[in-house]
Amino acid sequence: MAMRRYDLRHYPSFKAVTLLCLFVLYAPLLVVTAYSFNASASITNWEGLSLRWYVEVFTGADSDKFKSAARNSFVIALVAATVSTAMATFAATALLRGGQFRLRMLSFGLISLPLMVPEIVTAVATLIFFNAIGVDRGLLTILLAHIAFCIPFAYLPISARMQGIEATYEQAAMDLYATRAKAFGRVLLPLMMPGILSGWLLAFIVSLDDFIITNFVKGAGVETLPTAIFGAVKQGIKPNIMAISTMLLGVSVVMVTLSWLISQRDTNK
Amino acid sequence: MAGGGQSSGASQSNTFAPVRLWLLLPSWVTLLVLVLAPVSMMALYSFLTKEFRGGVVWEFTLAAYDQFFFDRGLFGDAPPVLQWTYISIFWRSIWQAGLATLLSLLIGFPTAYFIATRPQKHRGLWVFLITIPYWVNLLIRTVSMKFLLRDQGPLNDFLQATGLISEPLAIVNTNFAVQLGLFYSYLPFMVLPIYAAVERYNFALSEAAADLYATRWVILRRIILPSVKPGIIAGCILVFVPSLGSFLAPDLLGGAKNFMIGSLIEEQFKGNAGNWPFGAAASMILLTLVMIVLLIFARQQAKGGN
Repeated sequence: MAMRRYDLRHYPSFKAVTLLCLFVLYAPLLVVTAYSFNASASITNWEGLSLRWYVEVFTGADSDKFKSAARNSFVIALVAATVSTAMATFAATALLRGGQFRLRMLSFGLISLPLMVPEIVTAVATLIFFNAIGVDRGLLTILLAHIAFCIPFAYLPISARMQGIEATYEQAAMDLYATRAKAFGRVLLPLMMPGILSGWLLAFIVSLDDFIITNFVKGAGVETLPTAIFGAVKQGIKPNIMAISTMLLGVSVVMVTLSWLISQRDTNK
Repeated sequence: MAGGGQSSGASQSNTFAPVRLWLLLPSWVTLLVLVLAPVSMMALYSFLTKEFRGGVVWEFTLAAYDQFFFDRGLFGDAPPVLQWTYISIFWRSIWQAGLATLLSLLIGFPTAYFIATRPQKHRGLWVFLITIPYWVNLLIRTVSMKFLLRDQGPLNDFLQATGLISEPLAIVNTNFAVQLGLFYSYLPFMVLPIYAAVERYNFALSEAAADLYATRWVILRRIILPSVKPGIIAGCILVFVPSLGSFLAPDLLGGAKNFMIGSLIEEQFKGNAGNWPFGAAASMILLTLVMIVLLIFARQQAKGGN
């Protein structure tokens, strides 16, 4: 067969679209990052580099509000990610290493439920629920809601990892008289660690990210970073908001990169 | 969605069968109590009577749904007339989410195709580049978009400086800004399934078509697109569904004129002015819409699998 003059797989305009796509995705973030270092108090003019808005975030008039919001956000994300990752790990072990059973398909459905129900609907439902059973809204209600919707996000990388591990490892351990708990803790768990770590990181970011559900189930006066930022943005975008956004953006990028590197190292092994 | 029902060989292992119910218990209890019970409670609330300070009176009524679809005059005694206020908000949301899905497809398909035809070892990095912004806080992304697009924002400054336009373009508070915001919110959901489908596509088919004198664009339209259709449908659903109930993009980028379902629902629960049963009813209608879309999708996927 004669050689073709061009590569059939290649559509020249697609590369341009991809670059445009990357541009649209990154331009807003880069612009806000750049303007967070703006010396000017106005958000329209550029007056040179400065860290004054970062100083402002930590020492300015609103600093107490943002510090407590940041503390709430990180504590909730830490606890919610840890609890939901533990639950997801147990669930994955049961569903992928527990043989066939009647509740299996139903469990898959239940775990993906938070992904299928629109977030605003979950938010409304959770608010109504806490109200109906008479629980006061506050940090605890936010935490409980976050644990629930983090479960599927933690579950996905964990189950993906577990599907790649042969069952022979823990069977060999059991054959050598390890208890079931030891086969799980000493054999399966270390093998699953990369998946568990990615699951935890994703759950952490998803919790840190959440605005809609938190906005519904937080009590008056309790804020997380997204709800505090939303409140401030309603009065107009200020430079200190851009500084906070840049820091939060940095945290997300670092965590996602970590998660990616873990999975990369894992597949390259 | 989560892991799917497809059981691979490894999943048939039953080492932990005796303790499986104990292992499942924590997540079952959490999801039953914190997701399923609340949604059921919401369904119940949509049939209750509104209490004026927010909240409900435990008296069964269809008033919330009636208010959604019908106008009975100022005193509620006129004959019911179909009223369009809320139906049109839903219709606009469907339309906006649809256009955002189309925009994501037009940009997402070439991107996914381009990535899937890179050398194997570079693909992971490209996918990573596309997904990073998704993991940045949605609120921050939406605010950044607004900052970039606003009348005196960097985009308009740049376009004016280059002399392309003389007056700033008013982009914020238009329908297009909302679509752009939704595109920005959910693009990876479009790219990833299409990418996975193109990666599995057998390019020998393209070769065969070219040997029969098909041009590149004919090959794309008649062979590649039909082969990767399941990926395209999955991507469209994954963008359309969250767009439909989104709150931040319409609220921050759309302004008061471009109200969508999310804002309508949110208003019913704000302060004391809201109407909880009505908000619950609107949520139920949204949930029903989404479930219908997902069911159609599931049937489509099941057909494709056989």
